[in-house]
Amino acid sequence: MRILPKKIDGIKFGLMSPEYIRKFSVLKIITAETYDEDGYPIEGGLMDKRLGVVDPGLRCGTCNSRVGECPGHFGRIELARPVIHVGYAKRIYKVLKSVCRSCGRIKLPDERIGRYRQEIKTARKIGKNIDSIIEDLFKEAKTPKKCPHCGGEIFEIKFEKPATYLEDGQRLSPADVRERLERINDTDSVVMGFDLDVARPEWMILTVLPVPPVTARPSITLESGERSEDDLTHKLVDIIRINQRLEENIEAGAPQLIIEDLWELLQYHVTTYFNNEVAGVPPARHRSGRPLKTLAQRLKGKEGRFRSNLSGKRVNFSARTVISPDPSISINEVGVPEVIARELTVPEVVTPLNINHMKEIIIEGPYNYPGSNYVERPDGNRISLARVKNLDELLEKVKPGWKVHRHLMNGDVVLFNRQPSLHRMSIMAHEIRVLPYKTFRLNLCVCPPYNADFDGDEMNLHAIQGQEARAEARVLMRVQEQILSPRFGGPIIGGIHDHISGAYLFTMNDTKFTKSQAFQLVYSSGIRKSLPDPLIDENETEYYSGKQLFSLVIPEGLNLSYKAKICRKCDKCLEEDCKYDAYVVIRNGKLLKGVMDEKSFGAFSGELLDRIVKDYSTDDARIFLDSVTKLVINAISRRGFSTGIDDEDLPEEAKERIEEILRNAYKNVRKLIRAFNDNLLEHLPGRSLEETLEMRIMQVLSEARDKTGAIANEYLEKEEKKRRRENSARIMAISGARGSLLNLTQMTACVGQQAVRGERIKRGYAGRTLPHFKVGDIGAEAKGFVKSSYKSGLSPIEFFFHNMGGREGLVDTGVRTSQSGYMQRRLVNALQDLKVEYDNTVRDTRGVIVEFKHGEDGADTSRTDWGNIVDVGKIVRRYADQRGKK
Amino acid sequence: MYLSQKKIDERLMELKEEIPMKMYNDLNRELSKVKITEEALENILKDVLRRYRYAKVEPGEAVGILAAQSMGEPSTQMTMRTFHYAGVAELNVTLGLPRIIEIVDARKQPSTPSMTIYLEEDYRNNPEMAKKVASTIGNLYVSDLLESDELDYLGSKVILYLDEYELDKNEVEVDEIVSKVKSGIKGIDVESDGKSVVLSLTKGKNTSRKELKKILTKAKIIYIRGVKGVTRVVMRKEGDEHVIYTEGSNLKDLLKIDGVDITRTKTNDILEVHRVLGIEAARNAIINEIQDTLNEQGLIVDIRHLMLISDIMTVDGDVKAIGRHGVSGEKASVLARAAFEITVDHLLDAGVKGEYDELEGIVENVIVGRPVKLGTGMVEVVMRRELEESKEAI
Repeated sequence: MRILPKKIDGIKFGLMSPEYIRKFSVLKIITAETYDEDGYPIEGGLMDKRLGVVDPGLRCGTCNSRVGECPGHFGRIELARPVIHVGYAKRIYKVLKSVCRSCGRIKLPDERIGRYRQEIKTARKIGKNIDSIIEDLFKEAKTPKKCPHCGGEIFEIKFEKPATYLEDGQRLSPADVRERLERINDTDSVVMGFDLDVARPEWMILTVLPVPPVTARPSITLESGERSEDDLTHKLVDIIRINQRLEENIEAGAPQLIIEDLWELLQYHVTTYFNNEVAGVPPARHRSGRPLKTLAQRLKGKEGRFRSNLSGKRVNFSARTVISPDPSISINEVGVPEVIARELTVPEVVTPLNINHMKEIIIEGPYNYPGSNYVERPDGNRISLARVKNLDELLEKVKPGWKVHRHLMNGDVVLFNRQPSLHRMSIMAHEIRVLPYKTFRLNLCVCPPYNADFDGDEMNLHAIQGQEARAEARVLMRVQEQILSPRFGGPIIGGIHDHISGAYLFTMNDTKFTKSQAFQLVYSSGIRKSLPDPLIDENETEYYSGKQLFSLVIPEGLNLSYKAKICRKCDKCLEEDCKYDAYVVIRNGKLLKGVMDEKSFGAFSGELLDRIVKDYSTDDARIFLDSVTKLVINAISRRGFSTGIDDEDLPEEAKERIEEILRNAYKNVRKLIRAFNDNLLEHLPGRSLEETLEMRIMQVLSEARDKTGAIANEYLEKEEKKRRRENSARIMAISGARGSLLNLTQMTACVGQQAVRGERIKRGYAGRTLPHFKVGDIGAEAKGFVKSSYKSGLSPIEFFFHNMGGREGLVDTGVRTSQSGYMQRRLVNALQDLKVEYDNTVRDTRGVIVEFKHGEDGADTSRTDWGNIVDVGKIVRRYADQRGKK
Repeated sequence: MYLSQKKIDERLMELKEEIPMKMYNDLNRELSKVKITEEALENILKDVLRRYRYAKVEPGEAVGILAAQSMGEPSTQMTMRTFHYAGVAELNVTLGLPRIIEIVDARKQPSTPSMTIYLEEDYRNNPEMAKKVASTIGNLYVSDLLESDELDYLGSKVILYLDEYELDKNEVEVDEIVSKVKSGIKGIDVESDGKSVVLSLTKGKNTSRKELKKILTKAKIIYIRGVKGVTRVVMRKEGDEHVIYTEGSNLKDLLKIDGVDITRTKTNDILEVHRVLGIEAARNAIINEIQDTLNEQGLIVDIRHLMLISDIMTVDGDVKAIGRHGVSGEKASVLARAAFEITVDHLLDAGVKGEYDELEGIVENVIVGRPVKLGTGMVEVVMRRELEESKEAI
């Protein structure tokens, strides 16, 4: 197909006048039949060849072009009697109420009409919405009981859904209505909001119905050879049938009653043809009982034309498969299975420089990798290499200027996406690396922005087809360019899970490596730097500390100090002398003090990573992430790291203390209840006694749980020291790799209060939660306090309550995702047109200035340091330090 | 040679127009702490300016989408529940996602309207004075002051026995009750002996029991003082000052009360802020409310995004909702509106009105299948001047 060198400048909407419909339709449909016995379309029927063709081999009766070339042509049905367009029923009603029944003028004095006209004119000029003005007019014009123009009397007009008008109890037929609308003069029409260039009031009532081309309602042939018509065709058949009957009856002079019935029926069919979900109208159904999908249904909603075909389109050159992790590839890369690489292609122009290489690729063809699937001639015709018989002949013809659609190869830039695409980091550009097996492979550091895990997640990949797009994707969308989130100006890509616990163990003070261990570790992690001098321990043997080796991946010259995740928030920070090694000091790229954990290079909070991206470059940040993860994963793999149920073991002593605390808590709860019963409980301000009691009990119980947690943690730590072996679960929690101390508490000590709607569990039987309790029991056990730990196991009652709390959580998640999804859709829709103009203002499409400077300072959040453009103090100190202070 | 403060000030003044206020203030503050030479100052300014220029948004940046995503993405991580306000266990305040949705919807009334009242200097450190303010804000009804009541059928009287303790506590004079009751109910005489209030009907004595009961219930709900709409008042010490929290919101009446610091007092009812303090205040209220809600959940969203959301809601001088009844429903483009919600109605209306779609926006361009005018798609013609001129020369 040739592309017309035309550009759409804008789209004008309007109504179709009967004359217009007659003029642009290619034929009048006269018969409800579609095909004859031989399966050929009947002339003058709904499938007439002049309306366009959908069957291959046939030619259009109007333009004589083939399927795919002919866009189709409209036909028309001449309605025997006028019919109301449902979509305009309400508007027609408003107009009818506002105009005089005899003279057709708006029932307002001329100067009022003039005023409205003026208002509309000015509103149009400044681009304001005129809806409210017209609403006001309709409101004002419906009240007068007498026409100020001709003095005629006005009767009350009632509207009955979907399309019946009653005047003073008398029914107005669509013909009557049309007649009235015809009488409205031009100026009045304009005041009522009609654009006379494209719309007259009476055009809201149909006398001719346009019949859409066959291409808009193609019929499908089932395997059985039977034809199945489109819903629209079915509806049109109904309309034609009734229309014919009505016409015959009118001609035959049938009684008024019969004619009116048929007219009503015609109205029904035309109504459902436009919209099959009109309130008060039974939907037209298919023979199977399924409601028909007519015009409005085709456009509307999520699966409608607008949202699913126009705003979102299906694309070629895309692939989808399961994802799995691969720590050995760069964050910028994505592993692509060969099968996919053979299917997806990239057009490459043949030049004198690459012609030989291209020819080789053509020879490889579609089945060998790397090969190519198509060759494109300069005129745009594509030759499929799967079907080429004489390859040599083709190779002869290939000249510079041809294009070869070659297989994806290592280094090609592709877009990689995981739904739901909640932010721009959900689609990033990766360089591909062709790998065996059938999953996409990605570096673990890019999991956070995609919010991906490997429990069966699938992702989509799009091969970029143009050089411009490729360059753009590479510069703007590459993973390393997206490390800083535009949401808060900090890193969103970073280490997770084993990266964190690995780094933590690796950089702890007592982690030592022999020379050969160190060499092996560093070399296998792809680090090509010379090692520093080894340290010497008390036995006079040489060793490398974890901190020394970690320093190899930190860029040179970096100076930084911060509190690590494991910081215990002591009252007075000893900073460098922290006895927990929680204060990180990096001088000139050397890690001197502190351990690496989540705060170092974890996603969302990595301070070290943050500094590297901001003070060095995204390249350095990528190199850092790639090598740090490799190093740390290698280290932790060699060391071994595993967690098991014995990580939750507590000594008897700890269990007794936990028991004691819970006993006390129970006692306190009972005390509170007694105080409440004896009316000794002190009110909390603004709360009833019952509420106060509940709050106090909740407080006591949650404190108890926290205390048991603290004890559990204390003993776990003691055990670690005693046995000289780390507790993996605790390490994961404190380093921020996975889980929290709360999770540990629940596993080892006490699960705690179960809540539904933020309250202790209260539903169940009258006055009690379960029949195991006395009526009115509001003690801890009876209202869902779980004193067991996950490890010790829950009692049946506790299990039941725990299930209640858990179910609420699940429901909550379900509701939340749909609600926040809709909110985001609304937000995006409301804000999507805003952009920064060349004058640095933020404007919408109308040119209205929404902000003079984005965010009042004109800064791009992803280029700020957590929202701050620049640390002025730091710069001032850098230059002023030597000069002394005032 | 160190520069004098005056010289530094002069140099900074030159830049004042170019750099954001915060940066200017930071520079002023930091530079006043140190002694510097002219060379050092120039170096500092060069560095600061370089950072600033780097941080500026590039023309074409889709800041709207960025803002929407920045707020939408973390909202999936929010809790649904209505929680107690951090610290103030006594008040229920809607938080989390429902609150955000409420703000963005520009609801007529928030589900839990509440005010945070700060007090003027003389009041804020004095618990007695603060309590006084709190009690004038809290609603007081006749029923709150009664010990018991009695219906005298023979004498057609309603007798209210006052609770002296409550009277004392709330500092209410008996006369005040009498006059309030008198003006509150028609057709009765009110007398008082200091311990009770007697309501007797003026017209005849043939009143029914029913009527007397009605009068009693009416009398009980007569309100003596307080700010209308406030249902609960809680006072709390924050740092060294006393702050009053309320359930129910009525900013207009509250601001008339003595002792209230009108510069800091706030409400969570955004439309009320708009009504009482104007659109700029409403804009700030939206930003603050969203930020507080997000921060409470431990989520960080840069304030620039919230500003933009707030700005689009308030540009027209009127608080509009994000959604089909507000911002999205008033878009210029028919296709954009149709693609969002209520597709059919927008198309039908466009027909009658003869609307013309300029195809300037995002969805419109996606629909007609051409590049979107954002970012790199914004550039229309790039022409090198020399090239054009050299062509002419040929």
